[in-house]
Amino acid sequence: MTNTSNDALYHYVLGLADDALILGQRTSEWCSRGPFLEEDISLSNLALDYIGRARMFYQYAAQVEGIGRTEDDLAYFRDERAFSNLLINELPNYDFAFSIVRQYFIDVHACLYLEQLKYSSDAHLAQVATKAIKESRYHLKRSETWLLQLGQGTTESHERMQNAVDELWGYTSELFLMSDAETQLLSSGICVDRSELQEPWMAQVSADLSASSLAVPDQQWNVVGGRKGDHSEHLGHILAELQILQRSYPGLQW
Amino acid sequence: MQTISVVTPEYAARHALRANSSCYSLWEILDKVFDPELPQVSIWDLGILVNVQDLHTQGVKVVVTPTYSGCPAIDVISADIIAALNGAGIAEVDVQVSLSPAWSTDLISPAGKIAMRNQGIAPPDSEVHCPLCGSENTGVISQFGSTACKALYRCHSCQEPFDYFKEF
Repeated sequence: MTNTSNDALYHYVLGLADDALILGQRTSEWCSRGPFLEEDISLSNLALDYIGRARMFYQYAAQVEGIGRTEDDLAYFRDERAFSNLLINELPNYDFAFSIVRQYFIDVHACLYLEQLKYSSDAHLAQVATKAIKESRYHLKRSETWLLQLGQGTTESHERMQNAVDELWGYTSELFLMSDAETQLLSSGICVDRSELQEPWMAQVSADLSASSLAVPDQQWNVVGGRKGDHSEHLGHILAELQILQRSYPGLQW
Repeated sequence: MQTISVVTPEYAARHALRANSSCYSLWEILDKVFDPELPQVSIWDLGILVNVQDLHTQGVKVVVTPTYSGCPAIDVISADIIAALNGAGIAEVDVQVSLSPAWSTDLISPAGKIAMRNQGIAPPDSEVHCPLCGSENTGVISQFGSTACKALYRCHSCQEPFDYFKEF
């Protein structure tokens, strides 16, 4: 592998790792704050699946980079602008409806995405995808059920869900945007062509929103930039909480 | 009490690998290593023990696969494997965590499913029976239970809540 394509692979895998870590960390904020005990446990387990996924990607990114950095170095010692997660992952939880709608949008995307990544020409990524897709399918069952229940629930639950759908909609276009690294790796069959997932994603989401009595937004605005390190004001805060221990006591272990 | 399902092809393949292994006694040592979150189910029965190889002068190599990506037990399990083999006089033990083949509940042994039920956990099956009274009249309370690999159910016959080991 040439240095250029090795660099692209590193940045590609790092992006997937950052997505998983930031969503996992964000979801873990629900721990002890869930609407009821069982749901609290579900949210914590969901967060754990994402942290596990982040570790698999960071370990591989560190190996590809090959300069002796570890998964912990990548997670704890990079600054905000070096994080390349998609913006949808870093938005605050706001309310339960917002977290559920975000998770639902991401679950539909993850199932489509990982189904393709299973056939990556990179054997390690294919293995991670084979493992992760089973989890995402399970997550989707749960978020779909909540979408239906809350979309068709009370006036308030419906209103909160619709607000969440409208607010998040402009952040979904980034899920289908190819990064420079991905464009570079596409011909070798390592990564997935995100742009091709937009149509099936839209079809499924439109159908599920309709079934949940929720309207598909017709707004045209969208926000992008996460992959390039252009983040919202929320990422700095989440990193502060995530990284403070290792930044204060570098190398500290449990 | 309902019967336990027949042997899956996935388990049969694992069983054949073990039966044909040249280091059968090493597998038996690891039968005494249990999942820390399922104290009566061994790592063999749970399907997370993938392979054991005797590399002679280079020690013993053990391959395990995690149940879920975020399974926090895998580090403890690796340490337990090393301790068990060290205890049997094998100093050099290399535990490798492999993601492939991806773990699934089809890898669980019939004995593992019985051990789960004896512990009050409904084993993975297409129909979820209450592990306490055997009733099929059960319903889900939460899709995630006390750990990522379990869901929380309730029996409508005896009214008891119980953990269901998710089919995965």
